[in-house]
Amino acid sequence: MNVIEVEELCVRYGTATALDGVSLAVGQGELVALVGANGAGKTTLLNALSGVARRASGRVAIQGRFAHVPEGRQLFPDLTVDDNLRLGAYRVRERDTAWIYRILPELERTRKQRAGNLSGGQQQMVAIGRGLMAQPDVMAIDEMSLGLAPLVARGLIKTLAELNRERGLAVLLVEQSARLAFSLCSRAYVLEAGRVAASGTTRELAESAVLRDVYLGGTTKASA
Amino acid sequence: MSAFLSYVLHGIAIGCGFALLASGLIIIYRVTRVVNLAQGTFAVVAAFTAATVLGTGLPHGLAELVAVLVAALLGLVAGVVAVTKPGTRPQASLIATLGLAIFGYAIEILLWGDQPRSFAGIAGSFELGSVEFPKQYALIVVVTLVMFGLLDAFFEWTYVGKALSACASNPYAARLVGINVVRMALCGFALGGALGGVAGVLLTPMSPVSYDSDVSLFVNGFAAAILAGLKRPLYALGGGIALGVAEALVGGYSKASYQSAFALVLTVLIVVVQGARERNPRMAEE
Repeated sequence: MNVIEVEELCVRYGTATALDGVSLAVGQGELVALVGANGAGKTTLLNALSGVARRASGRVAIQGRFAHVPEGRQLFPDLTVDDNLRLGAYRVRERDTAWIYRILPELERTRKQRAGNLSGGQQQMVAIGRGLMAQPDVMAIDEMSLGLAPLVARGLIKTLAELNRERGLAVLLVEQSARLAFSLCSRAYVLEAGRVAASGTTRELAESAVLRDVYLGGTTKASA
Repeated sequence: MSAFLSYVLHGIAIGCGFALLASGLIIIYRVTRVVNLAQGTFAVVAAFTAATVLGTGLPHGLAELVAVLVAALLGLVAGVVAVTKPGTRPQASLIATLGLAIFGYAIEILLWGDQPRSFAGIAGSFELGSVEFPKQYALIVVVTLVMFGLLDAFFEWTYVGKALSACASNPYAARLVGINVVRMALCGFALGGALGGVAGVLLTPMSPVSYDSDVSLFVNGFAAAILAGLKRPLYALGGGIALGVAEALVGGYSKASYQSAFALVLTVLIVVVQGARERNPRMAEE
């Protein structure tokens, strides 16, 4: 069963076409990467999944609960960490945050601090924790590693792998850094100018010459 | 000295009213980015409603409560008109609230006529040394403190209060976690209406209210909100009292007619200084 199914999705901003016939699927408990350059339409796709971006045509179907961890963390900076987490449970009734601190123990000592005062890595943890509070079957995470130290980003990837293993959480990981996304995911889509340019297992894609040059090579240089 | 003290006490009481108006303005502004130009109208309608309901024989307390509920309902209606249409920009909503305030004149004159109205508050006064402190002033201060206490509890301890703060803090993220931002905006407008209504029923026994009193009420409420930095509703208490005392001293030692001018000049000064700070980040850092 697929938790996310997108068929021939088109999204337009005025006269500009952001997504042009994109089809994509994420299976139950699956880890899928969505890579592409800036402006390829990755964030628009996630916004269409959450209903924030209106679709011009096509179909979006989500089975079960969906959480969207947006680009730039998008926390409530004036509220405490604990309040941020609790607001993640707006659609569900269970608002006890204790289990989030067990998964992300580093947040425990910041629970009463204003979210706006945390480091980038801690803010990303709060954003993921807030997403988890919705008790999602699938979580879409936008540019998780952006602005984070590689060690912090790898730590979060490890946490996601654990969540997938222990809770069967499906993840759609949107990254400019294909190398990082491929280290977690088994399957990937490459988005270019609003279209799916390539898709397949991450192993196949990593071996494809074009992708290696454009994304894997490029990101290695960028992060070096 | 006793004159000074009496001006200050008067200023504190009036300032509490300004603070209530300002807190309503701030809540609406924070959630919707709209400066609600109909904020004074809520107070006027509540004052007229209380006068009418008291006239039917309903006791004090209950009559004022009915008036505040009417103001809250009016706030909700203002919200529906100003912000529910998808894609409405804050500037368009602002003009909609101005239209509502002017439309309010027609309704008020139709229902209550164009003469000022008032009703008796609590009679008598306390003796504080050589200064008399009317009991109505004490009531205003106490009710205002209770209202701000409730507001603080609402925003600090309730989930709806947190959701409202979330909408103010980051509307995009609020939508992503499933908060209905428009519904929260309406909640903000209703709360703003109620707070305006409380100000109206408390201030009316001190000076009669007419259909166009909303302008001076808005100007003072807005000045207090600006003094509070349009940030947290609680800061409005300080902003309102500071403005009330300053105006009472200006009125006491020069002319009463300078009071509103003082509020306007103060607002313009703060807006100009803040505008300059925003244009020049280096100045803001200092």
